[in-house]
Amino acid sequence: MKTKTLMLGAACAFAMAPAAMAERGSDGHVNIIYWQAPSILNPFLSGGTKDIESASLVIEPLGRYDPNGALVPYLAEEIPTVANGGVSEDLTSITWKLKSGLVWSDGSPVTSADVKFTADYCMHPEGGCAQLAKFDGVESVEIVDDLTVTVKFDSPKPNPYGPFMGGQSPIIQMAQFKDCMGAKAPECTAANFAPIGTGPFVVDEFKPNDVISMSANPNYRDPAKPAFATLTFKGGGDATAAGRAVLETGEFDYAWNLQLAPDVLAKMAEGGKGTPIAAFGSLVERLEMNLTNPSPDLPEGERSTVAHPHPFLSDMKVRKALSMAIDRNLLVEIGYGQAGRPTCNLVPGPAVYASDNTDCLTQDIAGANALLDEAGWVDSDGDGIRDKDGVKMSILYQTSTNAVRQDFQALIKQWWAEIGVETELRNINASVFFGGDPGSPDTFQKFYADVEMYANNFDGTDPQAYLSMYKCGNEPKPASQWQGENINRFCDPEYDALIDELSATSDLEKRYELAKKMNDMLTKDSYTIVPLVDRGRVSAHANSLGGVVLNTWDSELWNVADWHRIK
Amino acid sequence: MTDNEIKPIAALQDSVPSAPPRSQWKDVWDQFKHHKGALMGGSFLLFITLGVLFGDLIWQLDPKKLDIRAKDFRPIYTAIWDGDAKVGWNHPLGTDNLGRDHLAQIIAGGRTSMAVGWAAMILTMVIGTSIGVFAGYFRKLDGILMRFTDLVLSLPILPLLLVAVTLFRQPLRANFGPETGMFILIVGVIGVTSWMQTARIVRGDILAYKEREFVLAARAAGTTSKGIIFRHLLPNVMSPIMVSATLGLATAIITESALSFLGVGFPSDYPTWGKMLADAVPRMQEFPERVMLPGIAISLTVLSVNYLGDGLRDALDPRIRGR
Repeated sequence: MKTKTLMLGAACAFAMAPAAMAERGSDGHVNIIYWQAPSILNPFLSGGTKDIESASLVIEPLGRYDPNGALVPYLAEEIPTVANGGVSEDLTSITWKLKSGLVWSDGSPVTSADVKFTADYCMHPEGGCAQLAKFDGVESVEIVDDLTVTVKFDSPKPNPYGPFMGGQSPIIQMAQFKDCMGAKAPECTAANFAPIGTGPFVVDEFKPNDVISMSANPNYRDPAKPAFATLTFKGGGDATAAGRAVLETGEFDYAWNLQLAPDVLAKMAEGGKGTPIAAFGSLVERLEMNLTNPSPDLPEGERSTVAHPHPFLSDMKVRKALSMAIDRNLLVEIGYGQAGRPTCNLVPGPAVYASDNTDCLTQDIAGANALLDEAGWVDSDGDGIRDKDGVKMSILYQTSTNAVRQDFQALIKQWWAEIGVETELRNINASVFFGGDPGSPDTFQKFYADVEMYANNFDGTDPQAYLSMYKCGNEPKPASQWQGENINRFCDPEYDALIDELSATSDLEKRYELAKKMNDMLTKDSYTIVPLVDRGRVSAHANSLGGVVLNTWDSELWNVADWHRIK
Repeated sequence: MTDNEIKPIAALQDSVPSAPPRSQWKDVWDQFKHHKGALMGGSFLLFITLGVLFGDLIWQLDPKKLDIRAKDFRPIYTAIWDGDAKVGWNHPLGTDNLGRDHLAQIIAGGRTSMAVGWAAMILTMVIGTSIGVFAGYFRKLDGILMRFTDLVLSLPILPLLLVAVTLFRQPLRANFGPETGMFILIVGVIGVTSWMQTARIVRGDILAYKEREFVLAARAAGTTSKGIIFRHLLPNVMSPIMVSATLGLATAIITESALSFLGVGFPSDYPTWGKMLADAVPRMQEFPERVMLPGIAISLTVLSVNYLGDGLRDALDPRIRGR
């Protein structure tokens, strides 16, 4: 039946468009490999890039960002602006209009009720939504008619494109998720593993932490797309294996985020089966300092919570010294080559938002030692490790398992040893570390370590939502099922005031200035976040896969509907 | 009395012993040294054990010390065919991509790998042999112990291990430090998950031997169960135990490397042979020695243990000895 419909559709398309137009499913099968395996296909319940990007094949937002950071309508008719009347003059509301005739993959129509439901789902007070920052300042979402919805903010929003824009905030189907609100959200396994969407593909089978089988969405809005009839999304393994599978053996067509040493990648590319592609975005590899005490002696539920400040990392001078001891230029040379540049900024781009903060770029071991001496951290018992009041400067430093990250760990450990800080290294399987499972002690949100290293970025070109993550109260904690983006447990009323000010400012020059100031507060003024490398994204596609446009401002799979086989 | 003393026949008279009396262990050694493979295996094992134990007294570089300027050195022998290769006598086996000296890493890594291998193997043998002996000798325990063995056999090792790491890493780390704690955990986990084959083999042999006449005779003479087990049964099942032990050592070294590879083993800067191997895989084509050297070390150690076990089995078995 399905085949017959498909054939019929194909025949129609052929008859009606005799031009060289591809037909849906004509290019067979495509294989995508992500070396971090998706554990859920609901981006609202997971902060992991792998989950957000795999879900972006199935569920779509109203609009996306293109590779230049410009906004492109997806489910929306057009991007609302003040000029076209979609955004109110006082910047407190935005009105989205859906394309007419849109249907979910099960054939039912997409309506404004689904859009409103998505907001209610994420903003549910018991939910612990991983993308809550996207809905920051949303007062209400009102249905105007079947295809129109208005988002009202509690204050003027110069950047009203938080909700429903980009891969982190797609629209989910009300009919499927209506019984999954709040605390029940993680229990709806069937819906979370196979959401009904509007995207080019539908889930046939989802094996968590392993593989997803998908086929073309028969109800996709463009009858000629996608070019591939079926898709296999393989997760797991490591970056090396993923790179080889695309560049050397040709088993896979697309490999995501090849975080490999530059010499290794160059060697693989000589295999000739594929091409590495790179683009700079806002991805920053950074050290996150835990401002709360992760000690295992504390009872479960109090470890790494704001109830207990960290014994030594809560001292700003200590954090600064740890940052000063690092030679970022060497890290770039060892780990990234052309695909990275040293940075001291949390927001390295777009250029207008980047602070001119460069004083961390020179390593200063002597200065770091002096700073620690000044702060009273001295080696009083002669074991080579600084201490004060019986507290030793001993750091547990965790990150995901990845060759480049382990090299970084080794280098940083050595530099910290030179300033009298003892470091214990731990590496955790990436699927677990970024998995967001509240039951696991090893996730980056739980942060049962003193320092952790990973990379994060924001989608879109406006860092407001990204900077809003560091709001007081937005930290992962037991009450929110350990969801939340304020990983460091940073809390500064002055910073919160700036968040509010930023969200009330529409003058661009002023916004740039505010964003830079907030960036500096998190980095050079407090060293809460110690940025290391501004990473270009390197992915690879098979030479036979066409239509790939690497996008650092949204999901890498943003235009998967346009992918096709080069014959 | 003396007059009537019975004189043995002259031919049966030994005025002096024709050869000095031989001890059992001398016989064992005589048999053992005829086995060339065992001799070579034994000496290699001795060499590598001494090497990893005392090597750092001779080669004093710190295996964890990074020296970026001296990264990517090739082993000294590369100079034979490639005059331009980056080599130096200060790093005879080369350095890795962060400038850590390979020879020092092999010495330090070998110490961990060998310690894990031996400790896990001994633990496996103790558990496996005891369970096998008890199940084989005491009929009442047989059912329970063998069903328990089946139960453990059906446990998947990897999920079990992840659970064990989650549960026990923290308390062990707090009590013994990250490295010793991990050592205990790894040895423990390998030990409790790989004794089953040994237990089954030992039980089978014990079942057969305990019906033999010499055991019957011993029992008739009033020997206790303990005496029968230690005096009569265990020496007879020594050869299969030896073979299991040699295989167990190899498995333990390899399991440790698999764990390190998955990131649930030792900290990432703590060298072991398995981790050196795993770390070197991405650059295998350019720097084959980085996988070859630890790989050869693992293979040769395992091989020499196997040969040693083979030779020991032959030498310890009185029915084979002397042939």
